[in-house]
Amino acid sequence: MIYIELFFSFFQIGLFSIGGGYAAMPLIQHQVVDTHPWLTMTQFADIMTIAEMTPGPIAINSATFVGIRVAGLPGALIATLGCILPSCIIVMTLAYVYYRFRNLSIVQGVLAGLRPAVVAMIASAGISLLILSFYGQRALPNDLLDVNYISLFIWGAGLLVLRKWKVNPIFVIAGAGACGILLYSFL
Amino acid sequence: MKDKTQIFRKLFLSTFQLSACTFGGGFVIIPLMRKKFVEKLHWIEEQEMMDLTAIAQSSPGAIAVNAAILIGYHVAGIPGALLTVLGTVLPPLIIISVISLFYQAFRDNVIVNMAMMGMTAGVAAVICDVVLTMGMTICRQKRILPLVVLLTSFIAVRFLQINIILIILLCGIVGAADALYQMRKTKADEKGDAIK
Repeated sequence: MIYIELFFSFFQIGLFSIGGGYAAMPLIQHQVVDTHPWLTMTQFADIMTIAEMTPGPIAINSATFVGIRVAGLPGALIATLGCILPSCIIVMTLAYVYYRFRNLSIVQGVLAGLRPAVVAMIASAGISLLILSFYGQRALPNDLLDVNYISLFIWGAGLLVLRKWKVNPIFVIAGAGACGILLYSFL
Repeated sequence: MKDKTQIFRKLFLSTFQLSACTFGGGFVIIPLMRKKFVEKLHWIEEQEMMDLTAIAQSSPGAIAVNAAILIGYHVAGIPGALLTVLGTVLPPLIIISVISLFYQAFRDNVIVNMAMMGMTAGVAAVICDVVLTMGMTICRQKRILPLVVLLTSFIAVRFLQINIILIILLCGIVGAADALYQMRKTKADEKGDAIK
């Protein structure tokens, strides 16, 4: 049953993406590209880009996108439901514990212990995205110099702007899109 | 009775608006929610909002969804929580559904393809920036354990292709054990000081 698979996959994404924001990204890649053949790496990169350009959490955006592609609108609803159900249960429990004991130090300890692992996983997913962007394929090619120079340039410029002036990422991504159109049309 | 319906309506509409206008991840929505529910509606106190934020960040799942659940629950119990979740989830659900209808036609367009290739490089830059910032925070703690956890999990994910859920569980256990150990140590130190 495709609905059960969708629900369960996004339930796992909702349950194990701890630390917010990009923490969901490696889990989504693991579930919808590696474990299930629902998206190609290029489609995954597209949905990450779309998620950045539209409002709403990355996990909800990809649940809707993957759900609709795999099983239509019901699929989107079920995937989204799967994604938020763990939050509903755990957040309510934690809120109860908090109002009861006013102490979350163990929970925060677990969170602190997870943070380095989360960074490592985001880094790994980021590298996958970087390889796709530079070489147009999932694996590293034999010839590392056979790189897409336009992508390399846009990436370098984007990173420089972000590190140096701390601009809002959405402007960097929009700018990268504009650079893409300009550079690919004229070069 | 009318009062209650009005609270429900306000809860739903506020979260819907906030979610529809929040670009770029969960951390952005927290200050906006604070402005709306603490400063404008006075439904939540300042300190409480800070604690709710801590819970939203410590729980699994999207921060925006978690914060919405907490606010809805706080203001109007479980029905309130369900309404705020609905309000938060609907805007991205609608927007992405519409986009995915046009996705194929959209993706086959040459110009869009050029923009997408540029934007993927841009997203890669954003993620590198995030990783650098988060990684530097961890290095600045000047503790060995987080660095070891970072390196081992990177190798485990990237080169050994070990299931990420397993890694998260293991690192959570390590984190809990470390937190307990640190708590014991501070307590023991305090006792030691008291004896002196």
